[in-house]
Amino acid sequence: MAETTPNPRPVPAVPPMADTPWDDPLTAALREQFGSHILACRHYREQKLLNVDRRSVGDVQRFLFRHGFDYLVDVTAVHWPKRALPFDLVWILYAYADNQRLRLLAGFPEGEEVPSATPFWPGANWLEREVFDMFGIRFAGHPDLRRILLPEDWTGHPLRKEYSILQQDQAWVQLHLGIERGQ
Amino acid sequence: MNKAAAPLPPEGGPMTAPRPGESQLDSSEMILNMGPQHPSTHGVLRVVLKLDGERVVDAECVIGYLHRGVEKIGEHRTYMQFNPYVDRMDYVSAVSNGLGYCEAVEKLQGVVAPARAQVVRVLLAELNRISSHIVWLGTHALDIGAMTPVFYSFREREEILKIFEKYCGARLTTHAFRIGGLQWDLYDDFEADVRRFCRNFPARVDEYETLLTENRIWRQRTVGVGKLDAATCKALGVTGPVLRAAGVAWDLRKTQPYSGYENFSFEIPVGENGDTFDRYRVRLQEMRQSCRIIAQAVDALPGGPILAKIPKVFKPPVGEVYHSIEAPKGELGFYIVSDGGLQPYRLRVRPPSFVNLQALRGMVRGALVADVVAIIGSIDIVLGEVDR
Repeated sequence: MAETTPNPRPVPAVPPMADTPWDDPLTAALREQFGSHILACRHYREQKLLNVDRRSVGDVQRFLFRHGFDYLVDVTAVHWPKRALPFDLVWILYAYADNQRLRLLAGFPEGEEVPSATPFWPGANWLEREVFDMFGIRFAGHPDLRRILLPEDWTGHPLRKEYSILQQDQAWVQLHLGIERGQ
Repeated sequence: MNKAAAPLPPEGGPMTAPRPGESQLDSSEMILNMGPQHPSTHGVLRVVLKLDGERVVDAECVIGYLHRGVEKIGEHRTYMQFNPYVDRMDYVSAVSNGLGYCEAVEKLQGVVAPARAQVVRVLLAELNRISSHIVWLGTHALDIGAMTPVFYSFREREEILKIFEKYCGARLTTHAFRIGGLQWDLYDDFEADVRRFCRNFPARVDEYETLLTENRIWRQRTVGVGKLDAATCKALGVTGPVLRAAGVAWDLRKTQPYSGYENFSFEIPVGENGDTFDRYRVRLQEMRQSCRIIAQAVDALPGGPILAKIPKVFKPPVGEVYHSIEAPKGELGFYIVSDGGLQPYRLRVRPPSFVNLQALRGMVRGALVADVVAIIGSIDIVLGEVDR
């Protein structure tokens, strides 16, 4: 997809991360299995990062789960509004047997559903509900996708960059708290 | 009335409505709300219980009553300004929160705190672990009905909070550490205070054990209650004493040492059955091990600077880092993304209480309502961390 309409006040581009390549039997097996869908295998601050194409996310998760990554530490997202794929989904995985940690990242466009990690790691249930609550990202195959921290009838997803720090769902505040505004 | 159990929802699915053909009034199952205002839910936690008589058929946790948007705030404060916010999440173990955050930012920046700062950090974090476990012990026993332990254990906690207050001015939300090390060096009587604490504490833990461990009532309320086996713990991402009580000897202080923990000798207490009684024993043993670490730390205090060189205008390089520590509740992690600016681009807190609380639903199925209280207490949650 081409870049979005140019910003009238040009925002300086974020320089790239100073990472180093990561090559080991696991990355070799991943590249062999998924080919060009493995976008990058990098080290940064001695941590392993694996960037994959979003179309292979479910298969890569299954591969990693079968290769000993039995503990899903966290699921979260980062919103980059200026990018072509504005949502960076992040899965932090850990293998008890190898004492190895790995971060899986994939970019997703607005409105597209992300494959849920609950078939492999049931603990992803609440973590994905929080990502849905905060960003509005839906997870395909999640057994119970609804808000977890905010009230059910809240509108808006606060961790998106366009949701200002002072913003609230005024309608909800007026209806449920009986006050004009929460600020 | 049809007493056959209703089919359970698909794993992780919503609590089912009454069975087809039965209205809510005819159903033999009752929906009972526990909380958010309840003395035994350890904060504003709402547990919606589906009961068949006194037995729990299913349970659902409703959280978010203490949600303050800490992660959003993190994107609008500088790294230094965010430091005090971190204390307010798990407010019972603020020092540990501060340790995790400061170390994560230091990792992002690429600096390491000096040796003296690291030993002091370990010392205060372990004091904090004891203090957090004391709160847990007192309140957990109180929920179950044992009213004496809380008074005895809070006496020790008073000593610890006095040490914190003399060091950094606050008892609970300490803001003890800074990015790069410490702000203040230790006060003059610090070593004497800590040594006196270490001398007295093991006997006090024995006192708590005398009150509870062999107590017939305590055992009837906790042995076999809320079993969580190791495989389920790993699948759900449960960490901390709950995981260790299930038999997995995994502690981030040993597997992924930070802040110089590799220089201290201590053991990881492990349980067998993964029930409430084992979690109680694991935490008691952890208190003893923490006391051991503190005694070693106070003897091994090196000299030297307490703060590494940090630029006045603090802008970590572009990058991202995930750093986790063994907080008293489990794995507390910070995932920080920096775009080279003054403020974090994304600051995610991986809260152990939030992830551990997911296990509640599986643990309470088939248990009595009274057991629900014991199980919630044994997970050791702090709602400030669950909701952030």
